[in-house]
Formats: sequence, structure tokens, C-alpha cells
Amino acid sequence: MVNLGVKLKDLSLKNPVMTASGTFGFGEEFEDFIDLSNLGGILVKGTTRHHREGNPYPRMAETPSGMLNAVGLQNKGVENFCKEIYPRIKHYDTNILVNVSGSVIEDYVETAAMINELEYIPAIELNISCPNVKEGGMAFGTSCTSAASVVKAVREVYNKHLMVKLSPNVTDITEIAKAVEAEGADSVSLINTLLGMAIDAETRKPLLSTVTGGLSGPAVKPVALRMVWQVFNAVNIPIVGLGGIMNAKDAIEFILAGATAIQIGTANFIDPQVTEKVVVGIEDYMKRHNVQDINDLIGTLQIQ
Amino acid sequence: MKKLVQDFEVLQRKELNDEHFVLDVKALEPLPEIRPGQFVNVLVKDSNTTFLRRPLSIHFVDYEHNTISLYIKKIGDGTKKLGNLKEGDSLNIVYPLGNQYSIPNNANTLLVGGGCGVAPLLYLAKHLKEAGNNVTTLLGVRSEKDAVELDAYKEYGNILVTTEDGSFGEKGYPTQHSVLEKEKFDYVFTCGPEPMMKAVAAYSVQKNIPCEVSLENTMACGFGACLCCITETTEGNKCTCTEGPVFNINDLKW
Repeated sequence: MVNLGVKLKDLSLKNPVMTASGTFGFGEEFEDFIDLSNLGGILVKGTTRHHREGNPYPRMAETPSGMLNAVGLQNKGVENFCKEIYPRIKHYDTNILVNVSGSVIEDYVETAAMINELEYIPAIELNISCPNVKEGGMAFGTSCTSAASVVKAVREVYNKHLMVKLSPNVTDITEIAKAVEAEGADSVSLINTLLGMAIDAETRKPLLSTVTGGLSGPAVKPVALRMVWQVFNAVNIPIVGLGGIMNAKDAIEFILAGATAIQIGTANFIDPQVTEKVVVGIEDYMKRHNVQDINDLIGTLQIQ
Repeated sequence: MKKLVQDFEVLQRKELNDEHFVLDVKALEPLPEIRPGQFVNVLVKDSNTTFLRRPLSIHFVDYEHNTISLYIKKIGDGTKKLGNLKEGDSLNIVYPLGNQYSIPNNANTLLVGGGCGVAPLLYLAKHLKEAGNNVTTLLGVRSEKDAVELDAYKEYGNILVTTEDGSFGEKGYPTQHSVLEKEKFDYVFTCGPEPMMKAVAAYSVQKNIPCEVSLENTMACGFGACLCCITETTEGNKCTCTEGPVFNINDLKW
């Protein structure tokens, strides 16, 4: 029996496989396909202080080995989450993390404070990297000063595990990672989507209503791996790696690069059972390589 | 209704004309209940440009032979790859997805389809007839060679056709067909290009007849997780994949 359990500081995961926010609904959408209790954790949909309708249609464009989205954080707001959704999902036998977004610091703080009161939510993922909202979102995650200020403010009201999701749309992601670590982030997750765009040459129009959107899927995996590796060498807090993971082999690559846990996002759309398959695949890999404990693999990339 | 992800076996591919074909696929386990208007999301293998699944209307369900028929138009690389599938090939399918058309009882119903939007109407016609309704199916196509599967629709009621070039049936668009003024309908169901559906909706509003349309938006997951395929409704954005694809026109901002 191999050990798949990992710890993100005080947060214990039965295995390193989590889901990426915005690709897994509230978990309920996947109950027909998998047993959620087989996962290390689920990241539920991005939640904001107030209701958001999101961006107009079209919000999605398929691209080579990936997709662009411009959903724009459509959600019913944190009060609706606490009252309507939380009671329905709190019994899940896995870690439920809420992804928290905002336009101004006060929104992040108020949302985090409300979620802090929910007994069965052991952590939040602070989204300072959404490319699809006009104000806030990614703007917080692209400068060290603003990233630090939002983490500092949320840290004052949130006393459970604080994960911060980083944007790849920066010159040096390690600087942002160090800035949020200094303000008390317990872990970092990376990468959020890469800003991109797609054009229909025939109509001479953009394929997204917002013109630009966030690129995800295998197309971004090499960038994500590189950034996880860089951040692993720059900070002491655990890293949650994501970006184009489609199978167990991809997940192992992120773990070797330094990720303690991983998130699966876009792949859920193509195979709604992929998360369970990745858990099994990681276990198979460990047996093949005679690794007893997954923790012995983290950051063990062998460089000549 | 529990959603499934399963491998199906291709039984046959029937070419209808240059653009359209019907793919009959057999489930390896007994099919669940599938309602008219629902769709599947199929995985296209070996395509460099097709990353996401392809949502396709369910054209017909044959419980006796445990098969689903998919009506497909060759548009891009994904649907062209599906057009190369042969007997015995495997096709991975997520289904049954979406809501369904309403089924009234003992009413005079009109079904209007155009292009590959005719896909869900055959299975709908079957259910309507079984519920004691009178069924008239009106198909709008470009030319005689596109007027396909007429005998299949005849099993469940009247079949009428308009062609744009006048080579078969009445000349013009379906909303110009004489039956719309000659006969009084109680319900209208439509699926096809948006301009056609909007014209059908306008006719229904003018005649004060309930009307349901089936929308086709680009989608990633097909089961309500990605929030990409939204339709603007009177109650805000709704997922076309879970709260549609069938909508009553009163709920749309048309």
C-alpha cells in the first residue's frame, strides 16, 4: 500500500488530486460520474461578494490543444453560496475549497470573512488572477504591491488555510509568490489561465464577446510546469500545480517540478471521470517506480 | 436522470447527401430513458484541431436494438472525423444531456426544422404521436436532394417540405408555407438556424400558440460545469446545456 496523502501546511489531503475552480461547478455536476470522496479536494466555482451575471455570449472558443474562456465569474454571490449551496455540499467527504474573487479589497475581505464562518470549508483559494473581469481580478495579481495588500487584508479576517492563485500573465511569477508568502499565504496555486485571443478570419471578428480570454488546456502545460519549478525554488510554502493536466503522467510531472498537490481543470470537460483516473494512475506510477510515499516525489526533478 | 459516460459501438453510417449523415451507435449496456430534445456529447479521436467534445442532438432512439441515431452535418474537422467512422468503431459518449420538449396530449402540433436542426424532430414526432397528438412536420431545405428521411417522418404524421429553389414541395422558407395559414395549430416546436427559429417564434406569437425552440450554443462540458454556453433569458443567464437546449420562447429575450 503506497501513501498518497499530502499536507498543504495544516490541510491534509487524502491524495494530491484536486479540481480547478470554474471547471467543476459545485461538485454536484460530477456526482453522476465519480465518487467525490476519492479526491483530495474540490475547488468550487469562483465566488464574489455580490451576484455577477458574467460576460455576454460567446464566452468560449476552442483553440489548438486548449480553449479560451471569458465566463467572467458568473455566480450568485457569497450570501447565496452560504445559504443555498453550502448546506447541499458540506457533507462531501473531501476538502471543499471556495475560490474567492473581488473587484476591490473590501469585497475580498467581506467574502473571506463570511466563508471563515463555514465549519466544513477548511480553506479558500484567493483568486487574484482572473483575466476575465474588467476591474480587480488579475490586476491584483500582476503587481507585488497589490497582491501583497489583498493577501494582507484577507489574512486579518481569515484564519484557516489561505491559498493564493497566481497569474501567469506577469514578468516574474516568483516575485508575486514571494510577496504573498510574506503576507501570510499558506500555499500558492498556479497557474491561472494565460491571456489570449482567437479571431474568425472569415467574419473578421473575435470569437469571444470580450475579445480576449483565458487560455487553458494542454497548450499551457509547458508554461505552467516552468512556473511551478521557478516558484518551487523561490518560496517555502507548498505549491498546488495546475495548467493542462490531462492524465496521471502530467500530474506526476507537476509533482516532480515541485507541486505538493495538483488541480485538474479543463480535462474535466472532456472526461468527467478524469480526476479518479488520475488518482489511480498516480498510484500505478508509484508502484512501477517503487515509491512508497508520494511526498518522496515532490520537487525531485533530477537535473544533471 | 443520471448522466453516463460510455463507449458505444458504431453500427452503421448512412450518408444522406453531401453534407449530412446519420450515425447509428449501439450501447453496450441497456440504454437509460432518453427524452426528445436531449443531446449527447461525443469524443472525437485523432483530430489535431478538435479538443473538446462535440454536442449532437439525439435523432432517434431504438430501444429494441439498443441504439441511438445521431444526425450530423460535416462542418469542421471534428464532424468530418465522425463522418469517417466505420462499423465496429468505438465512440465515447456523455449522455443523456439537457432538458426535453414538452409533450402535450391530443393536440394539433407543428414541428418546423431547417438544416441540421431537423435532428431532434424525428424522435419528438414519435413521442407526440404516442401521446395522441396530430403531428405535422415541416422541413425547410435548399433543394430536393436535401429533402431526406421523409418516409421516417410519415410514420408519425404529415410531412411537408419547402425548398429554396422550388425543386420540391413549396418554394421558399418554412415560415412561408401555406399550411401555416390554412391550418390551426395548438403547439409549435422548432429547431434550426436562428433566423428561421426567430421567424417561427414570431409566427407563434402572432397566432398566440405556445412555441418551444431548441438552441445550439458552443459548449465545453455539456453538463453545467463550465458556464460557457449561456443563453440570455428573462431570468438572467441560463446554461443551454442543463436548463436547455429547449426553451419556451416566452423565456427568451428574442
